[in-house]
Amino acid sequence: MTESPILEMKQVSKRYGATTALEKVTFSCVPSEIHAVLGENGAGKSTLMKLMAGVIRPSEGDIIVDGAPVTFASPSDAARLGIICIFQELSLVPDLNVRANLLMSAPGSGLFRLDTSILAQAQQLLERVGCGHIRMNARVGDLSLADQQVVEIVKGLVKKPRLLILDESTSALNTTVVERVFELVRAERDLGVSVLFISHRFHEIEALADRISVFRNGRLVDTFDNGAHTYSEIIDKMVGQPIDDLFPPKPDITSRGDGEVVLQTDNLAISDALDGISLTLRKGQITGLGGLDGQGQTTILKALFGLMRGVEGTIAVAGEVTAIPSPAVAKNPGIGIAYIPEDRKTEGLIQSQSILENLELPGIGNPGKQPEGGDTFTPWLDRLELKHGGLELPVSSLSGGNQQKVVLSKWLALAPRVLLLADPTRGIDVKTKTQIYQMLRQLADEGTAILLLTTDYEELIHLCDTAHIVYGGRVVAELTGEDITGQNIIAASMNVGVAEAGHA
Amino acid sequence: MLDYVRSNRREMIAAIVLIVLLAYYLITHPRGPSTYVMTIWANQCLILALAAAAQFFAVVVRGIDLSVGAIMALANTLASHLLDGSGISIVFGIAAVIAMGAACGLLNGLLIVFGRLQAIVVTLATASIFVGLALLLRPTPGGQINYDLADAMTLDVLGIPTAIVITVALIVCFWLPLRRTGLGLGIYAVGSSEQAAFQSGLNVVLIKVVSYTLAGVFAALAGLYYGFVTTTGDAGIAATFTLNSIAAAVLGGVLLRGGVGTLVGAFAGAFILKTIASLMFFSGIPSLAQPLFEGLILAAAIVIGGADVLRVRDKLEVFAR
Repeated sequence: MTESPILEMKQVSKRYGATTALEKVTFSCVPSEIHAVLGENGAGKSTLMKLMAGVIRPSEGDIIVDGAPVTFASPSDAARLGIICIFQELSLVPDLNVRANLLMSAPGSGLFRLDTSILAQAQQLLERVGCGHIRMNARVGDLSLADQQVVEIVKGLVKKPRLLILDESTSALNTTVVERVFELVRAERDLGVSVLFISHRFHEIEALADRISVFRNGRLVDTFDNGAHTYSEIIDKMVGQPIDDLFPPKPDITSRGDGEVVLQTDNLAISDALDGISLTLRKGQITGLGGLDGQGQTTILKALFGLMRGVEGTIAVAGEVTAIPSPAVAKNPGIGIAYIPEDRKTEGLIQSQSILENLELPGIGNPGKQPEGGDTFTPWLDRLELKHGGLELPVSSLSGGNQQKVVLSKWLALAPRVLLLADPTRGIDVKTKTQIYQMLRQLADEGTAILLLTTDYEELIHLCDTAHIVYGGRVVAELTGEDITGQNIIAASMNVGVAEAGHA
Repeated sequence: MLDYVRSNRREMIAAIVLIVLLAYYLITHPRGPSTYVMTIWANQCLILALAAAAQFFAVVVRGIDLSVGAIMALANTLASHLLDGSGISIVFGIAAVIAMGAACGLLNGLLIVFGRLQAIVVTLATASIFVGLALLLRPTPGGQINYDLADAMTLDVLGIPTAIVITVALIVCFWLPLRRTGLGLGIYAVGSSEQAAFQSGLNVVLIKVVSYTLAGVFAALAGLYYGFVTTTGDAGIAATFTLNSIAAAVLGGVLLRGGVGTLVGAFAGAFILKTIASLMFFSGIPSLAQPLFEGLILAAAIVIGGADVLRVRDKLEVFAR
């Protein structure tokens, strides 16, 4: 490891407004090495990659390539220096065919000339990974996600990278294809390429990486050789020290007994998105929904709130099988479901309207009492300590945390029986998080059934009474009580089996 | 072959519809199929086809150009001043008209890209400017365009209407080669997913500006050809042609959401729209009812084109379209 690094980062930070995505990270990529980057959702891995690939620019610190500091204006600047990123969110154009996508970004292509010499090589690469069935004429949008990922990888490899960044690039591939892709990656390494590899799958990292770096909350926690630490030790590094006083105390379920069933689903399925989802939400319980991003958790919530078409299986509310074809039906007091969506800015609130108008919105068209006027909402706003300069101000004048309080209040005023929440604390400051946690626990104690989708392991561990881990559209683990541990959650999230990770 | 049919299905449907309509038109035409009938028909079609091509270049990069008709009017009135004189001055005149169109398109593109403004707002404003200039050039219809040139462009070559020859030449000598360039792919990439195009290292800014400039050039060509057909300059043609250019592009399978459609499709859409109008002229439908029928046909075509929204599972995605 005496070779000088291709790319170095020195004290690099990246901030989005008040949120820090990456804090003073120093990192280097040396030739002929496969370097794996590990961390929870939101640990800063993707930010790191985007900085290297020129998609975003650092707020502070230097990126140094071949010993000289650089500023990337766009991904093409980084590509010119041989830094090629294979993105998690695919960079393929869905309306063009495979050939066009490959040609478009080929190093020799410009506004006029297209470098067709890479096509033969691309075809060869496709065959080497056993994906010769992918036709050059096929429209990319018509390919399966796995095939798209293969095309994305091939697109990166034909650019002759010096630093190859793989950002969750194998998440949709099956094991045989993954193994062949790894052979390609190893071959690149042996040619002197530096490889940076992000994956949530431990066995992939074990099989491929030379060195491993662990990130947590935007900081680089540790860098070590592959094999120096066991699974459990690595997971401990990823999770870090739990912050106990963030969360309200959990009631002892076993002594209190099971609450009355409020909502029950039986084998919910949506053609290729969900399969066999059977959940039971009880009075007084917070049920957690965990797993890696995009495994179908959001779809479950959307299905319960009448946002999905083609839902099979049954949903029973208070013991009665009920059809929920739309949000208007779901919020009806007879059913009483409220949904706090993932993106509060666009889905949860109407930014240009006032706080009060936003609060009154769910009540419109609802039979029975309609919450109206500022006073109706005072109890909720006070409980959440909403800081505002007057309810007539536009909701966009509030900070992110306070906006989330408005979203919560507008639904709570309808006194829902079931509260569905999609990652309600993502990107929110610690104080507001604590307030939301306490509120949720109080609501549960008052009899609301709560289904909490979260990407934060801590919330599953410390807030939820039961945790369902979703992988590939199925619930792969149901954890309760003492079994809700970081190790078990991470293991189930990656579908490696609880025992395997716990005792490795 | 199957892939080819699938990726070009919109154009294929448009082409089949066009052939059926044309056959019906020629059969029902009182004077029957003849070079004369074909020439009149093709000339009318080509004017709109060029305007639809202009619209295509704006729509394919997920924009829209409401100044297509205005640039046409400006080009047409300018041509009515410049295209009557010696051979050399006519050549320079044509070059000036096209350069003017390019400049108008470039202005649109620069405002949209660097001003970070919506295409619909920018081109609505510039359309007024361009029409204003056209009215200054030619307050009332008039002027003169060289008859020999006009005849050469609007009659026939060995029995084939010149307009058809021009259409085929544009497809073979301009469009097909363009599709094999980085720009030809880039306009689709930008329209389909600007983010993916940027992450793939494309120069998104340049591609958009060039695409709007091409829109300006084609609008100018449309105005020029309108001049050849009518041999006068008229500033009042802007509104009709802007709306019809959008209708023709949509009818030819160019999706307003960007990234889908071809120049051939836009041409086919224009030819279909004009053929329908001509059919109605001879079919005895009162001329006042023609817009009604054109509108119904257009609406039906758009509904069929948008049918795939029924397959979407997540209702929120429908709003995002």
